[in-house]
Amino acid sequence: MSDTPTPDVEIDSRGATCPGPLMDLIGKVKEVEAGTTIELLTSDEGSKNDVPEWLDEAGHELLTIEAVDDHWAIYVETT
Amino acid sequence: MTEEIVVVGGGTGGTVLANRLADRLEPAIESGDAHVTVINDGEYQYYKPAYLYVPFGKKTVEEAKRPLSDLLDRHVELRVDRVTGLDTDAKSVSLEDGDDMAYDHLVMATGATLDPEEVPGLAEGGHHFYGPEGTESLRDELADFEEGHLVLSVIGVPHMCPAAPLEFVFMADDWLRQRGLREDIEITYTYPIQRAHGLQSVADWATPKLADRDINLETFFNAERVDPEEQVLETMEGNELDYDLLVAIPPHTASELVSEAGLGDTWVDVDRATLEAEQAEDVYAIGDVADVPTSKAGSVAHYEAGVVADRIASRVRGQTPTSVYDGKTVCFIETGMDEATFVEFGYGDEPTMREPSKPVHWAKLGYNESYWLTARGLL
Repeated sequence: MSDTPTPDVEIDSRGATCPGPLMDLIGKVKEVEAGTTIELLTSDEGSKNDVPEWLDEAGHELLTIEAVDDHWAIYVETT
Repeated sequence: MTEEIVVVGGGTGGTVLANRLADRLEPAIESGDAHVTVINDGEYQYYKPAYLYVPFGKKTVEEAKRPLSDLLDRHVELRVDRVTGLDTDAKSVSLEDGDDMAYDHLVMATGATLDPEEVPGLAEGGHHFYGPEGTESLRDELADFEEGHLVLSVIGVPHMCPAAPLEFVFMADDWLRQRGLREDIEITYTYPIQRAHGLQSVADWATPKLADRDINLETFFNAERVDPEEQVLETMEGNELDYDLLVAIPPHTASELVSEAGLGDTWVDVDRATLEAEQAEDVYAIGDVADVPTSKAGSVAHYEAGVVADRIASRVRGQTPTSVYDGKTVCFIETGMDEATFVEFGYGDEPTMREPSKPVHWAKLGYNESYWLTARGLL
């Protein structure tokens, strides 16, 4: 059994470098309703810091960050 | 049988590519074995980097354009028309005049366009220097702006010429000081992420310079609404910023051809080394429309064009293409009205920052004039 959240929306930013993944997330957050779970796939290690910092600033919730092979899956819930 | 090579877009990437192909394939073109067509929806090419200088009265919009017919090699056919459809299975493009054109090799070089409507109030409340009308309007506003709060807000990322927003505030600071107005004008620069620029080294270099010049820096600033009446920017982070003159970098988007043809959601998904489209055969993308992990800059279009021209020329000759793009990017960065620096980097590199100097500024001004040699494939 996994604790991995079930996303409503997936963003695949693998291959993009900073600030690409964070900007992809910000763009998606603008579009979706509050309460949406977003999965951000990123191969940019800096996203592990950038994304939580922005979520904290903007008031959205970081659910979890999982390492998957050569990338990370960052789960976010909008508020 | 003639190999038909079709280039959609007559900007920097399109002209450099077509001229390089004309050079590489001249015998094949002359014998009728290859044919290169550039399709552009107007007769002119516009050198957008010049628009940065227009608000400060240092250049005019008129001097930043040339007829494409003057830039393209005589072996290249120029077709002034608009591509309205792209069928990558049938390998053909549809034109506004009703014709369909078949291709063997297609290059998307359609660039990026501004999409200010994405942010409510931005088109009414904001100015920009990314297009001819916008930069002329900003020049007129700036000429009469003698006191208040000048805000430069980077709203759209990615955007063309990633150094330009920093250049604008550095130039505005210097220009206002020269005119004796700086003490009455507060300047603020905003950026969407937690630092002043996407590249860490540029951000680390720029941040103390902004402080030295008394330019306010606001980070994690993502404008989602502009109130033109009250002159307020409202952000996704829940903050507000008053302005008297707003200069914004609007959201950017690409031609709808890209998404309609299934080449990508907005930008064309490409292999970052070969620049071949991931969703279609014999289709390439160069310049701003290509989704690669580096800047949307003229130098990128220039270097990518050379790579794709070499790859297509190899294919036409029946050879295995070996040319690849390594992400090479070169950008000048103006740091005032008479000094500049430059950065050069490839995929995954952090550029080395150099102290600004007058000679680099002069080199930039010189390049602004000699750019047309680049478009012709000579520089």
